[in-house]
Amino acid sequence: MESASNTPETPNAQATGSDASDGEPLVAVHGLTKLFPVGGGPFRKPSSFIHAVDDVSFQLGHGESLGLVGESGCGKTTVGKLLVKLLEPTDGEILFRFGDPDAPVAEASWDSAAIKGRLLRSFRRRVQMIFQDPYESMNPRRTIYDIISEPLSVQGMGDVQYRVDRVLEILTLVGLTPAGAFLFRHPHELSGGQRQRVAIARALVIRPSFVVADEPTSMLDVSSRAGVMSLMQDLATELGVAYLYVTHDLAVARYMCHRIAVMYLGKVVELAETEELLRNPLHPYTKALLSAVPLPDPGRRRQAPDIRGDLATPIDPPSRCRFYERCPAATAHCLDHPHPPMEEKSPGHFVACYEV
Amino acid sequence: MTDRRDPLLTVDGLSLSYQTRQGEVQAIRDVSFELARGSALGLVGESGCGKTSVANCLMRLLPDNARLSAGRVLLDGQDVLLLTEEEMRLRRWRRISMVFQAAMNVLDPVYRVGQQIIEAIETHGVESTDSAARERVARLFRMVGLDPQLMERYPHEFSGGMRQRAVIAMALSCDPDLMIADEPTTALDVIVQDRILRELKAIQQQLAMSIIYISHDIAVVAEVTDVVGVMYAGRLVEMGDTSDVFRAPAHPYTAALMSSFPSVSGERRSLTSLPGEPPNLSDPPQGCPFHPRCAYATDVCRTEYPPQARSGSHWAACWHPLDATLVPQS
Amino acid sequence: MNTPGPVSPIPTPEFGVEPGRGRVRFVLVRLRLMWRSFRNGWGIFMESRMGRVSLFTIITFALMAAAHPILMAFVWDPATYDPVTGYSFDQVEQPAPPSWKHLLGTDPLGRDVLSQLLYSTRSEFVLGITAALVTVGIATFVGAVAAYYGRLVDSFFMRLADLIIALPAISLLIVLSALFHLNLFYLALIIGVLGGFGGTAIILKSQALSIKVKPFIEAARVAGGGHFHIIFVHIIPHLLPLALLYMMFTVTSAIFAEAVLSFLGLLDLRMSWGIMIHTANTGGYLLGGTRYWWLIVPAGASITLLCSAFYLAGRALDEVVNPRLRRRND
Repeated sequence: MESASNTPETPNAQATGSDASDGEPLVAVHGLTKLFPVGGGPFRKPSSFIHAVDDVSFQLGHGESLGLVGESGCGKTTVGKLLVKLLEPTDGEILFRFGDPDAPVAEASWDSAAIKGRLLRSFRRRVQMIFQDPYESMNPRRTIYDIISEPLSVQGMGDVQYRVDRVLEILTLVGLTPAGAFLFRHPHELSGGQRQRVAIARALVIRPSFVVADEPTSMLDVSSRAGVMSLMQDLATELGVAYLYVTHDLAVARYMCHRIAVMYLGKVVELAETEELLRNPLHPYTKALLSAVPLPDPGRRRQAPDIRGDLATPIDPPSRCRFYERCPAATAHCLDHPHPPMEEKSPGHFVACYEV
Repeated sequence: MTDRRDPLLTVDGLSLSYQTRQGEVQAIRDVSFELARGSALGLVGESGCGKTSVANCLMRLLPDNARLSAGRVLLDGQDVLLLTEEEMRLRRWRRISMVFQAAMNVLDPVYRVGQQIIEAIETHGVESTDSAARERVARLFRMVGLDPQLMERYPHEFSGGMRQRAVIAMALSCDPDLMIADEPTTALDVIVQDRILRELKAIQQQLAMSIIYISHDIAVVAEVTDVVGVMYAGRLVEMGDTSDVFRAPAHPYTAALMSSFPSVSGERRSLTSLPGEPPNLSDPPQGCPFHPRCAYATDVCRTEYPPQARSGSHWAACWHPLDATLVPQS
Repeated sequence: MNTPGPVSPIPTPEFGVEPGRGRVRFVLVRLRLMWRSFRNGWGIFMESRMGRVSLFTIITFALMAAAHPILMAFVWDPATYDPVTGYSFDQVEQPAPPSWKHLLGTDPLGRDVLSQLLYSTRSEFVLGITAALVTVGIATFVGAVAAYYGRLVDSFFMRLADLIIALPAISLLIVLSALFHLNLFYLALIIGVLGGFGGTAIILKSQALSIKVKPFIEAARVAGGGHFHIIFVHIIPHLLPLALLYMMFTVTSAIFAEAVLSFLGLLDLRMSWGIMIHTANTGGYLLGGTRYWWLIVPAGASITLLCSAFYLAGRALDEVVNPRLRRRND
């Protein structure tokens, strides 16, 4: 399974959810905003707000994988947590259409804000998350069986024998074989790559339709990273899972995602098919980000990224373009106008910039 | 007077082990390399391969349970390992300095950043007066791309990238001949990483300083180094000019590392991943330590450690080097 | 494919892929795992001298407690040896020094001291362990709940804890014992409640806070776990080692509090170590120096020994729970 990957050479055209013509998107995010108060207390109004996610909209098709790329502090992880309902948005809506044939009609479309109580349990069967840190995202006192079967047991699915069978099945699927030998180990007895496979198994054991993967490979060594990446792709095809792949690494996103959305200070500034975005970046920030990635090729010399200064603060930013201070192409127009809206410059290629 | 053509640093047959509850862990085994003046060497490998232990040996910053079983580390012909602790203390920062991975732990949070560097300068007697030291720090700050006014700030007022630059300025403060940069940019975002690497490269050329980069990121090493050494399970398994090694990797481990590394540019080739896990260093396998994961392994690999196959300065410790121009040495 | 990762020091029980009578085998494997981790901790506990000494002392006292009813039933004549109503008629003078008939002599009221000592041991155990269980039960729950819910729940419990810590416990107990008839059980309950809502709760809450922010708590929420699942399955198990430690310390403080209150004659008990000293004191024998040593030393030494034994057991458990304290070279 891991000796060679079978990455789709060309992104699956029908799986790109950008055109919702022949099917509803799995996830539709509209105007998503999350503000975190700074200061303040039980009886005081907060003095200011961190604009972690600010008016973000995108769609994600069934079985599609969308990369959310940006530097630390750009709000990409917050978007992920909002989608799995670890956080509640300040504003905006998230609509899910899981398209289960057996789902009641009333549940055909799920508004994230209305998912509570019983519905939330049902939601957790369809949306899962893979966490960044394979060392901290597992309770060290529990066995691999406990960890992987947790979604099944807290949802009260099946009896012990059923759960054991499901866990053995998924362990084999993620390449931890012989599965029986791993069942009663503890996380500290496994290597980083093996733990991240366990994390993938935990997210997929309940057969969700949608998984948010928060930098699942950033803490792994190079050699186990490729294995985990190709495993995630194989399972996506096999089980029909859609990913929101949160990462800071454009190279990883290139291999994992059909489309990439680039985030800067809480805003999505560019969204396009992966190869289109890498070959023809339009937003100045995307260009800078792309040219800053080191290349494993000593012969090639990169251009220095065209960007000024350091990351601005996300606390109460001015309403103009978020990238204005660092932008090499900024004009007086950018200064006077609000943050530019996302515009479709070519089919499927969206950019938020006045100067493109 | 030392000859300019002599290597600045010669590491010869270095072996290091740690005593642990599980027994003796062989962190470094028989590592030898030379570093020329003014050149940049990269040590790459995965976590636990011993690359940081090599750096700690050079700096003589070893924990109590470490035991140096063999080898010499010659800096300008003088064995660093034989120096007393006092003699070594004088050479740290002046001759060899180090940029640590966790910059936050290096800067003391209760002192101003500039003051900490000034103290390092004065302790080592590089400048005698306070104003000269201050002048020097201002120059260093400009060199690493920090506003000299930031000297009066405290570490917590710095961003991650600024802190890393301050630590680099500190490492440069006493004009060292050799700087060891242990994962200097791992915790940073790409744009900041790019700037710091560019600055390091410029400074290295400007001061004709030698740098050892220690990193797991082969792309970073490919960009900034002249010579690269690949480590696996405590051994140096391949070494050569960076361009040679990257163009034609000879050791199967090096080749596997490269083909598992995703790239943003060029054709989107499929990634391959290495099966299995690195060996347990308290009980390393017989023969070549890589043989359990190697597609080319034969019986001889399982019994005997391979000799160097060499072509010029490029060598690999492998019975079956992938680059046929490498000739096994007897 | 995948070789099993870094070797585990203890072989892991293997659970077969093939189904069939799964539940029974499943439970067996779980029991074996629990036994394994218990044995692991036991080994560390017994490695420390504190652990061995404390365990030996506690077991000795437990045997003493168990011996009393047996001796009363088969060896000792209740009329003579009953700890409260017995009277030794063959002694001319009371208190009588140790003799073959009364190994530790008799008290001023002609009762056998050894019998009193053994009889009291049981109540000391009951008192100490009840108080400790109540303390730890309350503190664990309060700590976990306060940390998990935060905000008002947290503020409420922490202000309550401040209040209890600010109250001088012994003075409070003196006032309470003047108002109510305090028997052993009520005393245990009061000490337990004071400890449980007091300092121990704060300590366990800070531990719970450090667990609450771990990503595995978020992972459990994503898995669909409710508040109770997270508190009982993910937070409280991490508090138990620390809770066990504070349980030991609570035993010590409970025994000590009992001794003080009994000495002051404020408790409604048949017999205890504190009452034994109280009896000696009211007869004026405490001032007699070492002449009447058998009235004071057995009870006094028992209080000291049992208290220190539980304290040392706590310290040894600390080493089991807290690997940083272990003195070994890993």
